[in-house]
Amino acid sequence: MYAFDWTSIPGAIPLLAKGMLITFEVTMTAIIVGIVWGTLLAIARLGNNVVLSKLAATYVNLFRSVPLVMVILWFYLIVPQGLKAIFGDDIGDIRLTSALVAFALFEAAYYSEIIRAGIQSVSKGQAAAGLALGFTPGQTMRLIVLPQAFRNMTPLLLTQAIILFQDTSLVYVIGLSDFFGTAYKVGDRDGRLVELLLFAGVIYFVICFSASLLVKRLQARFAK
Amino acid sequence: MSYQWNWGVFLQPSASGDDTYLGWLITGLKWTVTLSLSAWVIALIVGSIIGVLRTVPNRWLSGFATCYVEAFRNVPLLVQLFSWYFVLPELLPPALGNAFKQSDPLWQQFFSAMLCLGLFTSARVAEQVRSGINSLPRGQKAAGLAMGFTLPQVYRYVLTPMAFRIILPPLTSEFLNIFKNSAVATTIGLIELSRQAQQLVDYTAQPYEAFIAVTVMYLLINVTVMFLMRRLEEKVRVPGFIGGK
Repeated sequence: MYAFDWTSIPGAIPLLAKGMLITFEVTMTAIIVGIVWGTLLAIARLGNNVVLSKLAATYVNLFRSVPLVMVILWFYLIVPQGLKAIFGDDIGDIRLTSALVAFALFEAAYYSEIIRAGIQSVSKGQAAAGLALGFTPGQTMRLIVLPQAFRNMTPLLLTQAIILFQDTSLVYVIGLSDFFGTAYKVGDRDGRLVELLLFAGVIYFVICFSASLLVKRLQARFAK
Repeated sequence: MSYQWNWGVFLQPSASGDDTYLGWLITGLKWTVTLSLSAWVIALIVGSIIGVLRTVPNRWLSGFATCYVEAFRNVPLLVQLFSWYFVLPELLPPALGNAFKQSDPLWQQFFSAMLCLGLFTSARVAEQVRSGINSLPRGQKAAGLAMGFTLPQVYRYVLTPMAFRIILPPLTSEFLNIFKNSAVATTIGLIELSRQAQQLVDYTAQPYEAFIAVTVMYLLINVTVMFLMRRLEEKVRVPGFIGGK
């Protein structure tokens, strides 16, 4: 039988907490940039400008057909070269920057699909009424359609955020020490991979499960 | 930036000597497809069983199925993969664990990745199956029971045949996801497409060509799957239901 030895975890808590901070940093950046950029993409896609609408559709479909692992690797290739071209060779650790850019742009594609459905779920009469009252199309979108759309899709946006939180563990492929990466490294160092991996799994489960329960309660309240 | 494009690199003999770099990519493609398809079989079988269990009127069975789904949905895929690959062999009885560890590394990687992807996706398939069964009018089950079918028969002949036809579109997107998620197997060293992309970067120093080629291959997989599933959807859709005629 395998002899468990959990003693390397307490000492590693500060390191793991630092890793969790990176995880949250990537998650929060991707949520904020993703929703803003995703909203713009959704509006472009639903708008009357054919060129913009095609561009937005291509962007979304491209990101949605490529594995996240490939997207992270792609940006780890592009971002450092871009930064070098702008700032010269002294750019420090580019793994975090690459990950932030990759997740923000990748998640925007997924968020934009949710937001597009949200905008379409607002009844057409609302936009028509806004325009009839003399609002410009921009004002109608900002003041009338989007607030209702966001209210309808908040649960979906939050669920996507939970998925995103789990997906950030994939920064492992570029060697960034997020929570999972740190747990793996500590386990590898101490020869306690089994314990550290199980510990990481439990922590992820507790966070994601409680977050999804909260989303469910929120959904029930919204449905009233 | 002065990047030297060289698309001819794919036709050059590879570092191992007996193949071209294009050959490496094809090998990667084969592994990606084999892994995804075999994991999909597991996902469909296990997912259907768990999905049905979630709807049965037995608290223990449906409770078990709920725990199963929540466990697989709330732990990151990467953590699950590492658990199958690094943790499980340690926790198995020593004889079995050692047999696993002494087998061909490629087989170890493939087996772990297949099991991981299959079970991970099965939880998502189960959710679709459940929502498909729940979307059927209640009268269907009642009518089946009233006709004298037993409950298993009602599921076998009335509920699941309808449910699967209704949930085909969301199942398509899970099927696409399994191909994309298979890229995670690169982390345990399985030589699928993403791994080959990274290897090509190391060996040829032509990162853009390698990444573009691999990205195009993923797009091709996507287009092919969508085309085939579209045809299947047209064939089986239920008249009168969403998407049906």
